[in-house]
Amino acid sequence: MRRFEGTDTYVATQDLRVAVNAAIALERPLLVKGEPGTGKTILAHEVARGIAKNLITWHIKSTTKAQQGLYEYDAVSRLRDGQLGDERVHDIANYIVPGKLWEAFEATEAPVLLIDEIDKADIEFPNDLLLELDRMEFYVYETRRTIQARHRPIVIITSNNEKELPDAFLRRCFFHYIRFPDRETMQQIIDVHFPDLKHELVHEALTIFYDIRQAPGLKKKPSTSELLDWIKLLLVEDISPEVLRTRDPGKLIPPLHGALLKNEEDVHLFERLAFLHRRERGGA
Amino acid sequence: MFFSFLAELREAKVPVSLREYLTLMEAMQKRVAAFDIEEFYFLARTALVKDERHLDRFDRVFGHCFKGIETPADPKTAIPDEWLRKLAERFLTEEEKQQIEALGGWEKLMETLRQRLAEQRSRHQGGSKWIGTAGTSPFGAYGYNPEGVRIGQQEGRNRSAVKVWDRHEFRNLDDTVELGTRNIKLALRRLRQFAREGAAEELDLGGTVKSTAHNAGWLDLKLVPERRNAVKLLLFLDVGGSMDDHIRICEELFSAARSEFKHLIHFYFHNCIYDSVWRDSRRRHVEQVPVMELIRTYDRSYRIVLVGDASMSPYEIEKEGGSVERWNDEPGEVWLRRLFEAYPRAVWLNPVPEKYWTGTASIGMIRRISEDRMFPLTLDGVDRAMRRLKRRG
Repeated sequence: MRRFEGTDTYVATQDLRVAVNAAIALERPLLVKGEPGTGKTILAHEVARGIAKNLITWHIKSTTKAQQGLYEYDAVSRLRDGQLGDERVHDIANYIVPGKLWEAFEATEAPVLLIDEIDKADIEFPNDLLLELDRMEFYVYETRRTIQARHRPIVIITSNNEKELPDAFLRRCFFHYIRFPDRETMQQIIDVHFPDLKHELVHEALTIFYDIRQAPGLKKKPSTSELLDWIKLLLVEDISPEVLRTRDPGKLIPPLHGALLKNEEDVHLFERLAFLHRRERGGA
Repeated sequence: MFFSFLAELREAKVPVSLREYLTLMEAMQKRVAAFDIEEFYFLARTALVKDERHLDRFDRVFGHCFKGIETPADPKTAIPDEWLRKLAERFLTEEEKQQIEALGGWEKLMETLRQRLAEQRSRHQGGSKWIGTAGTSPFGAYGYNPEGVRIGQQEGRNRSAVKVWDRHEFRNLDDTVELGTRNIKLALRRLRQFAREGAAEELDLGGTVKSTAHNAGWLDLKLVPERRNAVKLLLFLDVGGSMDDHIRICEELFSAARSEFKHLIHFYFHNCIYDSVWRDSRRRHVEQVPVMELIRTYDRSYRIVLVGDASMSPYEIEKEGGSVERWNDEPGEVWLRRLFEAYPRAVWLNPVPEKYWTGTASIGMIRRISEDRMFPLTLDGVDRAMRRLKRRG
């Protein structure tokens, strides 16, 4: 089995690499948590790319049931076919629609299966998948058939901590918490995404970014993905590092702040803080 | 192998079971982490810890077990030590040493640094004197001063394994809530009130049969939205003072409630409700939410749960200016009545055992104001409170 070492578009810190490789080597699910925007979902895409496997994604919503990941029995089509006298109606297997898990189990080569935002579902959802993820098999009642994984897929599960996950489920997973990247890692991430960016601009942008993150009382702190968006905007608008550095008292908040601050209250708050800051400076 | 490590983890209340331990052994056997203490640390962490709240505790135990160092008792003193140690690793070229001469020599620089570390007690960013990041002081990282001494930002700083778990990066995540919340969750479930809201995606069997019959036997499907829990809840938690004894149970309640209700908003208060409450207990003096604004924002369909021991001086309830925090123009009683009036479905949960309630005058007063809607913070009490919340008025 190949080891995951990060890719040319994704900076994986050493602890993340160890966690992913442990999950690959032991064929256990990997549960990834972390602040929104720190690259949890992207991780699965990059793992699939890094070790050259197919990716199957299953996005969880509040209405998703565990059964939907296995298969669904489309009784309504069968009823309609029955009324229309279609021949297919005699074989129930025609109306079993495979779910994402089934798809992953049937793949000829072990794929990467992403179960995205598992905490959005009902509290019992993870419990309903215990056996399926542990033994990598399940039973289809309608056709009396057991579906077994040909190759155990690499399962990556993300959670935003909206609900607590049950212990029994956690025990079966490896766990990794993606910490918010420090400045050094952030620099690497930016280098990976914008290789030709002027060093100064990155420096100034990062300074402003970390300043904003430290402002007390922000409703939504900007995260990695927002920083990348903002830098993209700075590039498009061709804003020079000098503009970022000279904090013109007339402009209290950074240019194009819309990419970083997603909430009008935060913008107000930031204006207020910047105002206070300026007054302090003026007084000193 | 590592039995004492496992035992210590369990002692430090990191919930590790045999299963996780075997997983770690299996991973070791498969050489996931090959002969590298840092890789082993990451592997052990990913295999044994299942919740970010336990990461800090894990780091402490790991440091203790594999280094023989003492668990730092006071987190404040641990930080400057860390910085000094990183300094010692500084590898200087001749050129750099000459640059340092510009500030009066290495000895002088270190001396100044030591002094400033002594003066400075917390992490710092910006500015021109203190040690931190992004400033212009000669100490710190990413600064503009060419004589600058970098602290803790060196390349390859992962080389020394000890640091990773000694950094205590996950301290903020440890809120020490035990996972014994399932019982409380079950009690809170009494408050489920299902309503059909949102997109129609569930088969309405009765409707389909009726409409198919109307349609001369040809199938006519009818769909309805799924039933969901539509209860909205405001939770007010008393913090500080006499509530310190009850922190654990309140956290359990909070943790359970957070996962049970989709619309849950929490506020903190101290002893009694006055003109404002706050969202974040650490920033209580900075970010206050006026109660009037709260009443305007959240309509009557919200239910409220107040959690507090209601144990205070009677003056704090019935006199203006009675608040122990600051001056209040109107007495707490007025604010409490206002809140109960705005939200007809309200209860007060009290962690003090019910049998002691008669012994404290203020508990009696609040029971009277709340029209006897105070319940003890026990499983049974929560259960009763939830039933009460279902009723109107």
